[in-house]
Amino acid sequence: MNNFWLILSQSYTTKFKTKSFLVTTVLVALAILVATNMERIFSYFDEGGETEQIAVVDESGTLFEPFQAQFSAVEDEVKLVKTNESESVLKDEVEEGTYEGYLMLRETEGGLPAGVYKAGNITSSGSAEQIQQALQSLKTIHAAESLQLTDEQMKIWNAPVQFNTVALADTAKSEEERMQAQSLVYVLLFFIYLSVIMYANMIASDVAIEKSSRVMEILISSVSPVTHMFAKILGVGLLGLTQLGIWLLVAYLSLANQPESLAANWLGFSSLSSSMMIYAVIFFVLGYFLYATVAALLGSLVSRLEDVQQMMTPLTLLVMAGFFISMYGLVQPESTFITVTSYIPFFTPMTMFVRIGMLNIPLWEILLGVGVLLVSIFLLGSIGARIYKGGVLMYGKSNSLKDMKKALDLSKNR
Amino acid sequence: MLVLEEVTKTFNGFTAVKNLSLEIPEKELFGFLGANGAGKTTTFRMILGILKASSGTIQWSGNPVNYKLSSKIGYLPEERGLYPKQKVKEQITYLARLRGMDKKEAADETDRWLEQFKATEYADKKVEELSKGNQQKIQFIASVVHKPELLILDEPFSGLDPVNVELLKDAVLQLKDSGTTIVFSSHRMEHVEELCENLCIMHHGQPVVHGRLRDVKRSFGKKNIMIHADFDLGFLKDIPGILRVRRTAEGALLQIEKEEVAQEVFAALQGRGFVKKFELEEPSLNDIFIEKVGASYE
Repeated sequence: MNNFWLILSQSYTTKFKTKSFLVTTVLVALAILVATNMERIFSYFDEGGETEQIAVVDESGTLFEPFQAQFSAVEDEVKLVKTNESESVLKDEVEEGTYEGYLMLRETEGGLPAGVYKAGNITSSGSAEQIQQALQSLKTIHAAESLQLTDEQMKIWNAPVQFNTVALADTAKSEEERMQAQSLVYVLLFFIYLSVIMYANMIASDVAIEKSSRVMEILISSVSPVTHMFAKILGVGLLGLTQLGIWLLVAYLSLANQPESLAANWLGFSSLSSSMMIYAVIFFVLGYFLYATVAALLGSLVSRLEDVQQMMTPLTLLVMAGFFISMYGLVQPESTFITVTSYIPFFTPMTMFVRIGMLNIPLWEILLGVGVLLVSIFLLGSIGARIYKGGVLMYGKSNSLKDMKKALDLSKNR
Repeated sequence: MLVLEEVTKTFNGFTAVKNLSLEIPEKELFGFLGANGAGKTTTFRMILGILKASSGTIQWSGNPVNYKLSSKIGYLPEERGLYPKQKVKEQITYLARLRGMDKKEAADETDRWLEQFKATEYADKKVEELSKGNQQKIQFIASVVHKPELLILDEPFSGLDPVNVELLKDAVLQLKDSGTTIVFSSHRMEHVEELCENLCIMHHGQPVVHGRLRDVKRSFGKKNIMIHADFDLGFLKDIPGILRVRRTAEGALLQIEKEEVAQEVFAALQGRGFVKKFELEEPSLNDIFIEKVGASYE
């Protein structure tokens, strides 16, 4: 047992001290900070800028004030300037940047307001939409006036239509919840996916390094290969948890600091996030153990470090498949396909996580998924340990999956 | 005492070691010889508990070998291996701790050994930055730093220059004097002749020669005669009892069936010319090895 902790702490600390680990951790933490503080960063850059101005040429002479009242209700960052300049002058002024664009207001024959908006370019970020909205309101008021509606009739006229969405299924979440959950699940899913691939590869190449440098023979003459394998998996797993913990903590603190921000809102931070983060950690840990056990046994089969990638390809593809299935699950969480794959061990960590995030599934389903994972980790662990025991002693140029049988035979004799 | 009793190891029908019985007394240097593939490394791995014998038992001072004994056993594998990216001292200390030594003692012992091998300046260097010879020294230190009772050295001298070979030999003898039981294999017969009292030659997984070096030589029967003369010695090959005549720069080296033949050879040389040297020699281990293993070797 002593040796178990020694190997565990050794693989944890040596990895922790490597430059690549520190750099990745810090860089991603910085990226999280930037992403969660996007608004502040934008507003910081915006502060120096002047407010945009739109020139208004009022041909009717009566429309400007009511229009301005409507317009400022929908857009308060753009200032309207009344002017009588000719079009050619205004054109020049738009080019010079004095105005974002200019609007020609007039009255139609029926006495309704109309307008033409001209700007350097019409984009969605520009003000065209807001202008149209303001004009529409203005037109409604004018039309109501010309129909000579009473105040009562006006109220009915203006009352918004009542429209609500209610999901009938128990498992469904409300549309708003779903949108928020989708973003959060997507982000966490991505972290699970990346971490599992990264750490599984770390295990495999670590084992391959020990094998190719032949230090393995010394190690396994001191401790049993099984102890060695599990201590290493656990050590690297703790390292992964440390990293994930740091990232989640940074994200949490940054969001908690500004609960009204866009990022916090987008992720539905206030309502969902803490339980989802805990699930993310649980499924990361389970997924990691599942894949790391396989990675360790694959690593034990190669003799040279260069062959690790080739050996790891099927496993990487499996993780990727799980990720893509889960992406589909984000859109169609209730489909049978997703339900079924959420109980297939190699996909469970990601698809079950998606289902938890997107649906209100009963606890027993979650526990069943966790159970499936635990059982498969146990099975793979015991098979993996046996292959590992034989694999670490095999050297040679061949490094195919066929070697698994050879390794098993070798370990049976031990 | 290290006792191997009727040890057999088969891999998928291939027998690597067959009915090997050995008794290696404590505090002794034991030579383990054999051509490549004779089963030496497999035997070592079984003694270390890395491989389990298909049948038979291996015991060290009365206890069957397993990982509980690992703190008492030291191992220098034939294929040298250390973590290339780790610093020398860190690494030796780590390996010593894996063998059950405590941290402080491991660090002290590491320092002591580095000093003895004049390698203190490498303590904080990465292993991959060292020359091959120095890596070997580090590897040796890593196998003995935890003060094992039983030390297994697989080809300890290969790849070392003569100066370092002497350094290592001294260390091995020093360990023997302090009570360590040492089993070592080597391709270099002169090292075995120089260091070992007892030895065993393996061939196809079985011991073909086993015993004290002196007895092995005596029971071999055949002897050598070294002759330096200023005339042609080719005629000697017709004398019965002479098995082989190998010409050398100054004369010839004869292998004879038994000691008595030497007298006939001596008589035959009379009157032929000037004989500078005539010496009856014990057979070399090399001769015995080649004869027993039956293959051209080295």
